Amino acid sequence: MRFAGLLLALLLSLPGFAQDSLDADQQARYRQMIHELRCLVCQNQTIADSDAPLAQDLRQQVEKQIREGRSDAEIKQYLTARYGDFVLYKPPVKGSTLLLWIGPFLLLAVALVMALRMLRRRGSSAAPTPSVDPQALQRLLDEDKK
Amino acid sequence: MRFLIPAALLVVLLVFLGIGLKRDPREVPSPLIGKPAPAFDLPQVGDAARFSQENLKGRPVLVNFWASWCAGCQVEHPLLMQLAQQQGVEIIGMDYKDTDADAQKWLQRHGNPYRRIVADAEGTAGLDWGVYGVPETFVLDAQGTIVYKQIGPMTEQAWKEKILPLLQGSKS
Repeated sequence: MRFAGLLLALLLSLPGFAQDSLDADQQARYRQMIHELRCLVCQNQTIADSDAPLAQDLRQQVEKQIREGRSDAEIKQYLTARYGDFVLYKPPVKGSTLLLWIGPFLLLAVALVMALRMLRRRGSSAAPTPSVDPQALQRLLDEDKK
Repeated sequence: MRFLIPAALLVVLLVFLGIGLKRDPREVPSPLIGKPAPAFDLPQVGDAARFSQENLKGRPVLVNFWASWCAGCQVEHPLLMQLAQQQGVEIIGMDYKDTDADAQKWLQRHGNPYRRIVADAEGTAGLDWGVYGVPETFVLDAQGTIVYKQIGPMTEQAWKEKILPLLQGSKS
């Protein structure tokens, strides 16, 4: 009897079983959502990938709240109120994350400007300057003949 | 002159990398700092009365999430004992995902630093408090506002340099 209870508990804790009470649309939302949320214990995994107890709790929360009819935004709000933006794999666009979002484009712009300036400089001095001094070369050749 | 800009960029990059090295990525800043303690209403270990966030108000307290199965809790335990016994710090234990019997056995063996022990058997309070790994310790001022969160075992350094100044500040 005790064994059966344990087995049941184990089965219920599997992520796949948690979604049984959801309809197809809700299941799709659930699956999408757990792939966008970070497990805070094992930081480079989503809560879908992780078997940590906390990830199980968070999956259960997501499933429960979807069943209760909450929107994705509301569920994310619930989680960020507790764990901060860190729980989201996609950081929100706001003041403190602005540099994160536009930083790569800024760097690209700086690199383009520098590349253009370099190209223009090279283009203006098109005449190839001789790298060998002809007089010095002649002197060397003369020396060789002696 | 030609190398001035790349050299300056390198210095800036090194400074940023240096700062990054010193930060601990395991410490996720809590969004609860400066907010009132999240609500809960749970039974206690070894006491018939229930305990809620209202019981945390009126004086500064430490709220320590721990468990008998948690290794880090044994690390910080001597310090908690010392704070409770020698400095009269009020520590409320939140027994996270644990059984009362295991908790009591653990406390008998190691000593009990807690004024009250709340039984958060399902971890529901832990979830609302944003706990992601025991031990975690919240510092609350007399209004029941969270002023600091220690992630991982409490240390002498954190107590002296971070928490004590906050507690002294909130008393005056």
